[in-house]
Amino acid sequence: MINGMIVDKSYQAVTGRKAEIIDKAMGVDYSKYERDGVAFDYEAMMNDTGYTLADHIRIQRQHNVGNTPIFELHNLTALARKYAAPGKGARIFVKDEASNPAGSFKERRAAASVYHAKKMGYKGVIAATSGNYGAAVASQAAMQGLKCIIVQECYDSHASGQPEIIEKARKCEALGAEVLQLTVGPELFYEVLVMLEETGYFNASLYSAFGVGGVETLGWELGHQFLERYGRHPDVVVCANAGGGNLTGTARGLIKAGCPAQVVAASVDLKGLSMASDKQFNRKSFTTAHTGFGVPYATDPDHSDVPRSAARPLRYMDRYVTVKQGEVFYITEALATLEGMEKRPAGNTSLAAAFSLAQEMDQDQIIVAQETEYTGAGKHIQPQLAFARQNGIELLFGDPADEIPGTNIVFPADPGLLKARDADLDHMRASLIRRQVRNATAPITDADVAYLVEETKSDEAFVRKVLATL
Amino acid sequence: MAKKNDWVRIHRNVLEPQERTGKLPEDTKQVPLEMWVKGRLQNETAEIGDEVTIVTSVGRTEHGRLIEVNPCYELNYGAFVPEILEMEGRLRSALFGGDRA
Repeated sequence: MINGMIVDKSYQAVTGRKAEIIDKAMGVDYSKYERDGVAFDYEAMMNDTGYTLADHIRIQRQHNVGNTPIFELHNLTALARKYAAPGKGARIFVKDEASNPAGSFKERRAAASVYHAKKMGYKGVIAATSGNYGAAVASQAAMQGLKCIIVQECYDSHASGQPEIIEKARKCEALGAEVLQLTVGPELFYEVLVMLEETGYFNASLYSAFGVGGVETLGWELGHQFLERYGRHPDVVVCANAGGGNLTGTARGLIKAGCPAQVVAASVDLKGLSMASDKQFNRKSFTTAHTGFGVPYATDPDHSDVPRSAARPLRYMDRYVTVKQGEVFYITEALATLEGMEKRPAGNTSLAAAFSLAQEMDQDQIIVAQETEYTGAGKHIQPQLAFARQNGIELLFGDPADEIPGTNIVFPADPGLLKARDADLDHMRASLIRRQVRNATAPITDADVAYLVEETKSDEAFVRKVLATL
Repeated sequence: MAKKNDWVRIHRNVLEPQERTGKLPEDTKQVPLEMWVKGRLQNETAEIGDEVTIVTSVGRTEHGRLIEVNPCYELNYGAFVPEILEMEGRLRSALFGGDRA
C-alpha cells in the first residue's frame, strides 16, 4: 500500500504532472499566452485575470489592505545631508506597509488571490513561502473564510531554523493556517504540488497575475499620495527586489498613476552563498530581499511555481543597486533610534539604498523607500544578529565594502560609509536574453526581438548585439 | 504520553537523499528533505518517537514520528548584542553631536 503511494508521489512523477496540477489549482490555461518563437503575451496574461486596478483597490479596501501612510524621515534626511555635497541630499520618505493587517505589502498580493479562489469555489489556498507572504495569505484566508496551507523552507539538516522564518510560522498558525515546515531545498515546489493535488486548493502563487496585479495599488497610491500632499511626484522609488513582484507591481502602478519616477531595485548582497545549500542556509542573515533570489528571478523569471511569471522586474527597472547586510541592520537601528520606528530589517533594504542614493540627488528632490514590515521576536535585528554570532559570523564596525557574506557582517563605522553599489543591469539583461533564446526551436524573428526589448527595457540595438554573441 | 486529540508536532522525511532532485549542492544532496507539521493526534495513545497519525488544522491527515506534545514557540529576542548599542551611540552622535550621544 505504502509502496504504491511512494511511486505515485515520487519527485519525478509529481513534477511531471505539474502543468495539469497547476491548471486545476488556478484555472489559468497558460498555454494560450504563448506565441510563436520565444515570446508570450505578457499584457494579455496580466489583463486576463478579470481584475482591473480599480477592482484590486476595491477588493483591498474591502479587506482592510492598503492605503498605507507615507512618512517623511526628517532625521535620516538631515543625516544623509551631512555626508552629501552642498545642495545635495533628497528628502527621504518611507511608505509604511507594516500597517497592513498582517504587517507587510504582501497582503496586496494575497487579497485578490484569496478573493478569486473563493469566487471560483475553492475551499482553501496554498502558498509556498518562508516570508511575509505566508502571513498575508493566512490573514486574507482568515478574513475571507477559506482554509490555508503555507509551505515553508525553514530548517537546515540539524533542525536549526532561521529565527525570522520561525516567527512567520508562528504568525501563520496564529491566523489559522496549517504550516508545513521543510528543510532546505528547491523541492519546496514539489511539496506544494503534492499538497495542491491532495487538497484541491487554489495555488495562491506569488508569481500569478492576481498577486502581482495586486501590488499595482502600491505604486498607484504612491503616485497619488505625493501629488495630494506635496503637489508633485517622487523622483525615485526604491523597491526591495527578490522574486521581482514587488518592483513589477509597484512600477506598473506608478505608470498607471502617471508618475514618472525612476524605479530602482535594491537587494542585500549575498554573493557567494548558495541558496540551496544545507550548510550555508543559516550563515545568511537575510532570508529575503537578497541577491540570491533577486538576480536569478530577474534574469530567469519563469523558474517559479507557475509556467509564466507575472513578476518580470527587468521590464521596469531603471537601476539595480545592492547593499550589504551590515548596512541594512545599521539603517534599521537608525530608523529606530533617529526616527522612532521599529521595523524588521529585510523591509528596510530599500531604505538603506535610499539613504545612499539621496546623497546623489538635489535637496528639493524626493526619494521613497516603498515598504516597511512588522517586527517582533525572531524578526528583529537583535535575534537575527544573535543568531548570526551563534553561527560563527563575525560582527564588526568598518567599511561595509569589506563584508563577506557568510563570514562577517560589517556595520558602517560612520554613516558616510553606507553605499548603494550599482549592479550591472546590462549584464542581467543579456543573461535574460540568452536564457530565453536558449531553447528556441526556430530562428529568432523580428517579433521575438521586439518581445526581448520589452522584457529587458532596452532597445533593438542592445538585443541584436547580445543575439550576435550567441 | 500523548492521548487522542492532543495537539502535537510530528516529523518525517518527505524525500530520502536518493529521491531528491539532481539540481542540488553537494551538501544538500547528502541529506533528506524533512518535514514538520502540527495537528491533533488520532492514535488512542502514543509516546514520543512513535509513528502516529494526525489531523491538521485544515483537516488533512498526516503521518510521521511524534516529536512534541503541546508544542510551544520558543523564539525570542536572542542574546544581548552590544554592537546594537554601539550603533545607536554612533548614529546619535553623528546626527546630534557628541554630547547627545
